[in-house]
Amino acid sequence: MKRKLELRITVFAIALLGLATIARVSTVHGQTATKSGSEVKIDNFTFAPQDLTVPAGTSVRWVNRDDIPHTVVSDDKTTFKSKALDTDDSFSYTFTKPGTYSYFCSIHPKMTAKVIVQ
Amino acid sequence: MKAKDNDLLLHDHNHDGIDRRGFLKCMAWAGTGAVCVLSGGVLKSYSLSRLSDLPSGHAKGDFSFVQISDSHMGFNKAANQDVVGTLNAAVQKINALSVAPQFLLHTGDISHLAKPEEFDAVDQILKSCVAKDVHYVPGEHDFIGDDGKLFLDRYGKNTKGSGWYSFDQKGVHFVGLVNVMNLKAGGLGSLGNEQLEWLESDVKHLSKSTPIVVFAHIPLWSVYPQWGWGTDDGAQALSYLKKFGSVTVLNGHIHQTMQKVEGNITFHTAASTAFPQPQPGQADSPGPMKVPAQQLRTLLGITDVNFIRGKHALAVVDSNLV
Repeated sequence: MKRKLELRITVFAIALLGLATIARVSTVHGQTATKSGSEVKIDNFTFAPQDLTVPAGTSVRWVNRDDIPHTVVSDDKTTFKSKALDTDDSFSYTFTKPGTYSYFCSIHPKMTAKVIVQ
Repeated sequence: MKAKDNDLLLHDHNHDGIDRRGFLKCMAWAGTGAVCVLSGGVLKSYSLSRLSDLPSGHAKGDFSFVQISDSHMGFNKAANQDVVGTLNAAVQKINALSVAPQFLLHTGDISHLAKPEEFDAVDQILKSCVAKDVHYVPGEHDFIGDDGKLFLDRYGKNTKGSGWYSFDQKGVHFVGLVNVMNLKAGGLGSLGNEQLEWLESDVKHLSKSTPIVVFAHIPLWSVYPQWGWGTDDGAQALSYLKKFGSVTVLNGHIHQTMQKVEGNITFHTAASTAFPQPQPGQADSPGPMKVPAQQLRTLLGITDVNFIRGKHALAVVDSNLV
């Protein structure tokens, strides 16, 4: 009888430990998600915000909400270059090095913006 | 009438007797379906229903062709969810012309996303056009994702560089230019040095009485730079054409008809067969303009161009799809 109780307590303790571990992992993941969340909205032939400042290591995500396709291309056309983003398509790039990254839409080159990485 | 008055520059540099007031009055009629014919330096207008009254009719050597533009096959947003239907309507309009055109010029944005099935669909629809020859120049949408590789595979035979070329038809010299390649951040359309050098040598030895028709996607003149409606090195291209007595520049890209005359050069942009765009500065951005359903086809159209030999006349007529 006592042994069964001990067993149940042990199983329960292991389960609690497991849950705690999962919870901790989730919290860590949550913290990472918050830190990496930086989004640029594309709409009306505009990148918003036009100037985005982020810390190094940030993954920036562009989402096209316009009714026409756009691209996200660094001015030098090599650092980053998305494929054509139709409405609701997205593109991400992680900025590891500090600097100012000017970019534009290669289909509509008057659309320009920049990401400032600190 | 789509063209803004301040785009209708008319200076009597050549003392050719064109009366400015008469020209503007004539152009005002063009929006409702009239033909403005320049005949011996005098402008006359004829309503579309009285085209048979045109000075010389279709004598030997005369011919006509049709420009279509911006079919954006694959587009399916609110401004037009049936670009197949409106392109078909354009073909029907062409097939109903009293004189069948010799060929079509498509001034680009054939496709919306440069996908093979989009080009296929346009090819299929144009098969039922009475004009079997189609000459293409690419729009920026046709170059999406692959710098035009697919477009050039399909339509680039006998072209140079990014797809430029010229050909002659009944004494008229046609030049197809590409101004949508290698666009730079913050820039407009661009022809590039290689193409400009080719153009200069292509027209150098032609007699100045040769009528010239230049066609390219983005307007070669500055329509509205804030929206990318212009070509950075367009003026240089036009400088090679100064000597010619009759130059017609046909463009697309802006999805509305617009016309400007400067000396011997007539600039004309065609409507789209897919969706209209706002007039310069009339909206936040140059994107697809949604209009009431019954109005859509009045803002889409084709352009019929008639060459009448001996009269220095290239009659450019826009008609909508209604």
